[in-house]
Amino acid sequence: MSHIIDRRLNGKNKSAVNRERFLRRFKAQIKEAVSRAVKGRSITDIESGEKVSIPVKDISEPVFHHGQGGVREQVHPGNEEFIRGDRIQRPQGGGGGGGGGKASQDGEGEDDFVFELSREEFLNVFFDDLALPNLIKTQLMGVEELKQVRAGYTNDGTPANISIVRSLRGALARRVAMAAPTLASLGEAEEDLDQLLESDDESALEVRDQRKRIHMLREKLASIPFIDPFDLRYNNRIKQPKPTSQAVMFCIMDVSGSMDEQKKDMAKRFFILLYLFLQRNYDKIEVVFIRHHTSAVEVNEEDFFHSRESGGTVVSSALNLMADIVKKRYSGSEWNIYAAQASDGDNWDSDSANCGRIMEEQLLPYCQYFAYIEITEGEPQNLWYEYLKVKERQRHFAMQKIRSASDIYPVFRELFKRQPATRA
Amino acid sequence: MTPISTGSEWTFDLIEEYDRAIRKIAVDEFQLDVYPNQLEVITAEQMMDAYSSVGMPVNYHHWSFGKHFVSTEKSYKRGQMGLAYEIVINSSPCIAYLMEENSMTMQALVIAHAAYGHNSFFKGNYLFRAWTDASAIVDYLVFAKSYISKCEERYGIDEVEMLLDSCHALMNYGVDRYKRPQKLSLAEEQARQVEREQYLQMQVNDLWRTIPKRDKDDANREPQRFPAEPQENLLYFIEKSAPLLEPWQRELVRIVRKVAQYFYPQRQTQVMNEGWATFWHYTILNRLYDKGLVTDGFMMEFLQSHTNVVYQPPVTARWYNGINPYALGFSMYQDIKRICEAPTDEDKAWFPDLAGTDWRSSLEFAMKNFKDESFISQYLSPKLIRDFRMFSIRDDDHEDKLEVSAIHDERGYRDIRSKLAEQYNLGSREPNIQVWSVNVRGDRSLTLRHTMHNRRPLDEGSAQEVLKHVGRLWGFDVRLESADNDGAVTQSFEVKSSLELQRL
Repeated sequence: MSHIIDRRLNGKNKSAVNRERFLRRFKAQIKEAVSRAVKGRSITDIESGEKVSIPVKDISEPVFHHGQGGVREQVHPGNEEFIRGDRIQRPQGGGGGGGGGKASQDGEGEDDFVFELSREEFLNVFFDDLALPNLIKTQLMGVEELKQVRAGYTNDGTPANISIVRSLRGALARRVAMAAPTLASLGEAEEDLDQLLESDDESALEVRDQRKRIHMLREKLASIPFIDPFDLRYNNRIKQPKPTSQAVMFCIMDVSGSMDEQKKDMAKRFFILLYLFLQRNYDKIEVVFIRHHTSAVEVNEEDFFHSRESGGTVVSSALNLMADIVKKRYSGSEWNIYAAQASDGDNWDSDSANCGRIMEEQLLPYCQYFAYIEITEGEPQNLWYEYLKVKERQRHFAMQKIRSASDIYPVFRELFKRQPATRA
Repeated sequence: MTPISTGSEWTFDLIEEYDRAIRKIAVDEFQLDVYPNQLEVITAEQMMDAYSSVGMPVNYHHWSFGKHFVSTEKSYKRGQMGLAYEIVINSSPCIAYLMEENSMTMQALVIAHAAYGHNSFFKGNYLFRAWTDASAIVDYLVFAKSYISKCEERYGIDEVEMLLDSCHALMNYGVDRYKRPQKLSLAEEQARQVEREQYLQMQVNDLWRTIPKRDKDDANREPQRFPAEPQENLLYFIEKSAPLLEPWQRELVRIVRKVAQYFYPQRQTQVMNEGWATFWHYTILNRLYDKGLVTDGFMMEFLQSHTNVVYQPPVTARWYNGINPYALGFSMYQDIKRICEAPTDEDKAWFPDLAGTDWRSSLEFAMKNFKDESFISQYLSPKLIRDFRMFSIRDDDHEDKLEVSAIHDERGYRDIRSKLAEQYNLGSREPNIQVWSVNVRGDRSLTLRHTMHNRRPLDEGSAQEVLKHVGRLWGFDVRLESADNDGAVTQSFEVKSSLELQRL
């Protein structure tokens, strides 16, 4: 008899380790594919998998085999026309295999090895590039707003929290339970009395006894309290962290001539990181893109990163625009406002003081957090010094410098690291 | 008789019933000798898992298995490929996988094909009998897996992976072709492993003593050759003699070598093995039909997949990819049966010992005592050569044109038969490369020698790559010489040992 086993439920992902080994081995190529993908992706569309292709010659495992040349004979099926001694032109393009168009046994197919990264794998590689140990551990500062939620009933609490319905329901049940035996006896006693009265008269001793007994039982029933401290139930409320439902993220970018593709790419990575991060904390996120040179405009993502127009730099124009947009669209208390500003720090000279003022007076009071990143290799510019003053006074303003892509994550961490919750 | 089932859905009860009916035919009626069967129902995903770890239920971890998984998954998901409906393992009990997506018909087909066809082949064929121990392989792989993962813990995944890469590159040269090896046995393996490590290391040390003893009159003597004779099993030679390998590394080389050896018979009996399994599923399921146990619908479905399996596209077809081993093997067993039962005059002349004999025992004999090469040279009949319309092309790079050297006619039969047989000769299909010599007294360099066959050169790119792997294992300079028939070296490759090599 054969042994039949249902294996469907065990060991589903036996190859997971091997797959991971494979990814590990081709990390460099996959990384490259991922950074290519990031360039082509929109910020909100970062969380799906990605097709990756690796040149076949990189993944092939070499073995000894014959090359072209020498003498070889091969038997094929399906002869239609040949007779012995026929001489045939060699097929063009190599393929020493003889007649057929053999898909070269030498494994020299030129197609790339293409496969798909899952979303999880994609993010891993994406973060890996940023040396990300564990994104989830980071917490936004200050989001620990608590909300009271009902959590059933308790036996004690303050009078204000008494649940009347629950308490009375309990009292009723208690009364029913406690009265039941007495009620039964009372019923019997009354029946007996009725019987007695049919034969005896009012004054008979038994009747009097019976009446006394009925009276006693009635007293006993009456002494069951209508409500007892034991019956009281209190509404129970516990505190839960409140998931704040929505947020808006402002991406502000300087597009003056000095912001080249590479800098924009770094900014983009920073925004993506911020987006992914906020996404874990909020149900709904909106993204507002503001680009500026001497004047600022709200644009879509495509224009944000790829439009070529540029000019001088007046940073305050962007801040003013953001303040306007906040007032118009996100002024309600239900919006959590975040902003990240990326610039190479070069500002029109007298404008920087403006920026500091707008920042402090019109933006920071409404923002959860405002991060300024300066993407530059050189010395900080005047904007940086201006913002330094803001940073002194405002805890939810942060600024960092980014020199290369590998700085992005550490800077991000620095900006969003958990802060002591002493902000009253 | 009423059919066992009429729908296409399978259940465990039905599988059991079909298995019983198939077993009755296979074992009781046709006397197939099989290992006990274990039928395992698995999902498509698990089938891909099994696929990518060379079909074994357990195997060590390696990136190339991951690569296979990724590519299998890709083509499966795109629907380019139906998964093979059968994987069967040469073990006792013989494990055959049934995919849950299959219809009842397909399950029955797989049971007949794998659990009785392949199974009886594994148990009967001389190569498998001599070279593999079905009862030990799974245990051995469990041992190998845990040994390798311990190495990974101790020496790091990268170290282990590098070494395995190098061993895999030589896997085809990690087998004894002529000498019968010891069978795999887990118990012995474990008991002797530590002892072996120490002993081997001692041997190596002795071989590489830094201060050679030298007698006074020694100088005149011919330098002793090492190895005394060329060695065909490169991995074995490396395991025993590579100067710098750590004991655990030798054990890894050994594991890859053992696995290679285990699969070696499969590589030599593709046509025979698939043909045998196909012959039997065809015969058994037809018997089921004759007995009224299966419906017309069942037969239609079965015949459709059977026909797909044994289809041989002609050389002119765009999807032509050489000779289909299922088609050739199946036709040959069918043909042997025909020659036994109804021989023509031609058959009588060609197969005097076969014509008119009892087909069942003749078939059994053919299955047991050959490998693809000898099977074809023994049994390929003129009729089959005509049926397949076989012809042979000679490609000589000294000539400017290809030549049709034989076709399916009177003059060509023997020619085609021996040429086709030669095509299945692993010895000439793969370059013949052996350990040639080691410079024991000098730089410890290792020289391999490729003996050319029909002037066929090595593929240079891959040869250079593989040689790097050899260099990593050997630890000193390695050379590869290609020698023609007269022993003159025509091609040579060299890899200098250096630290860089360690990081291929």
